[in-house]
Amino acid sequence: MASDPTNVREIRDGVLARQVSAAEVTRAALMGIARSNASLNAFTQVFENRAMENAARVDARVAAGDRLPLAGVPVAIKDNMCTGPDLWTAGDGFGYAGLTTCASRILENYSSQFTATAVQRLIDAGAIIVGKANMDEFAMGSSTERSIFGPTRNPWDESRVAGGSSGGSAAAVGAGLVPLALGSDTGGSIRQPAAFCGVLGLKPTYGRVSRYGLVAFASSLDQIGPLTRSADDAAIALEVMSGKDALDATSSTHEPPRAAGLDSHDASPLTLGVVRQGRSGANHPSVADALERAIQEYTKLGAKIVEVDLPLIDHGIAAYYIVAPAEASSNLARLDGVRYGRRAALKPGEGLEDLYARSRGEGFGPEVKRRIMLGTHVLSSGYYDAYYNTALKVRRKLLGDFERAFETCDALLLPSTPGPAFKIGEKTDDPIAMYLEDVYTVIVNLAGLPALSMPAGLADVGGKKLPVGVQLIGRMFDEARLLSIARRFERATQWHAARPG
Amino acid sequence: MSDVPHGLTKDQTRKIARLARLALSDAELDKARLELSAVIGYVERLRGLDLEGVEPLAGVTGAMRRGEGDGSDEPGRMLPVEAMEKMAPAMRDRFLAIPKVLDDGGSA
Repeated sequence: MASDPTNVREIRDGVLARQVSAAEVTRAALMGIARSNASLNAFTQVFENRAMENAARVDARVAAGDRLPLAGVPVAIKDNMCTGPDLWTAGDGFGYAGLTTCASRILENYSSQFTATAVQRLIDAGAIIVGKANMDEFAMGSSTERSIFGPTRNPWDESRVAGGSSGGSAAAVGAGLVPLALGSDTGGSIRQPAAFCGVLGLKPTYGRVSRYGLVAFASSLDQIGPLTRSADDAAIALEVMSGKDALDATSSTHEPPRAAGLDSHDASPLTLGVVRQGRSGANHPSVADALERAIQEYTKLGAKIVEVDLPLIDHGIAAYYIVAPAEASSNLARLDGVRYGRRAALKPGEGLEDLYARSRGEGFGPEVKRRIMLGTHVLSSGYYDAYYNTALKVRRKLLGDFERAFETCDALLLPSTPGPAFKIGEKTDDPIAMYLEDVYTVIVNLAGLPALSMPAGLADVGGKKLPVGVQLIGRMFDEARLLSIARRFERATQWHAARPG
Repeated sequence: MSDVPHGLTKDQTRKIARLARLALSDAELDKARLELSAVIGYVERLRGLDLEGVEPLAGVTGAMRRGEGDGSDEPGRMLPVEAMEKMAPAMRDRFLAIPKVLDDGGSA
């Protein structure tokens, strides 16, 4: 095969030029998954047959002259995005069906009857969905250890976590099994695992990508985004997924960013704001090094570097752990054992309320229960003002701080995570230690801004190389510029080309 | 961890579980009490901030243009009953089945 199996653009161009078929690309991806998934546990399901059938359909469309922007590109979908059969297309279309489990007992047999808009748009663009990716239950976690399928392992060191909650997506791209995966990011769930697995992870602006068919965690924070090997590939996927969707009222009418439009930003002067609080003494030395080297690199590339203050970073986690659980407690109320999902077997004399409480008690894991209870508490009578309203005020203030920074800066630079991937089991007993993994990422979701994590160095930990990421935050709907800034760094450093092993 | 400030009592924890419709064992309740108390203790740090006169912000969509929907009020596509049946844990005829909510009523 001529094209690089980890590069979206090369695969697409190769398939469109008929140098390689979508069927060949898909078969190679499925073989790679079959070889590696037992050790990585990145996939919860693999659609071997359906993927090959749909690859043949894509080849037929390409032969008929269809210039599909993702022709033959194998994709992994986080298991909180619905993949359903084709109910609304005439004849047998491109449906996948399968299960949508959210890595939870309560949805372990759930077979969605519809497909998420973001996923459907990839399918319509010629992508081949090869399987569903492992995650923390209901996207609540930073390690992909809290999954009914067991932990995903980091392709750089299998004794370490892949990060989370989109850990399966990040590990699948990091190991080179697929060139593109979809993740969801509520507080860092795309960017943190991307940093841990040495790939680029983009959380788009809130509203950029439709959330229809994404199982809701915290609706004012959730956003779907791509994980790829490069900024260019992320731009191709984002262009396909973006844009207004009648099925998501919060989806935006902004013009989708054009992958071809990154070039127009390349020559414009660049002011980068280095977030002072990101240069914390608490960072792992490899993170501090990567950040300082990135600053030097951008200086060499001609960027003007200024320092900006985001004093509320230290309060971001606290505000997030009020807002996100509050929304989750409400969203997850729909899982009651009545219309779909697990239903507990009742004893004689038990009624409807027992059915709710027992189905939920049996179906949810400990972290999900903890967050539902936390959210229930902060919204309950007598506590609403002290917690929920206070957190919303912090949110407003934080947005103001960002807006001030963007008066002078085109993008902000800070670490993605305080350190590289930690050991499996290292943080499972300490919820707050796990929550603090997301100290640099949750603030972005609270403000609704776009941000990405890109590879920016390698840490040497216990004789193993581990990837380290840096994060760029952009203005609302300014993803094209953000990706162009990332691409300049890639071209200068080649950190994005580093591979495990 | 048991003497964290703002600690919840077991009764408070039980009440939260009831409001959240979560059936928890006694051991789960004890664990939840300690862990929730620790997290609540952590988020108390927000109290030190000066938030006088700051308007709460529930979401960023409000910061964008309102009324971006397509403006129509036509019924859209809906899942057919056959699709609902494939997902439902229990159906009777073409309806979702649940335990009886009311007794037979008027039995007196």
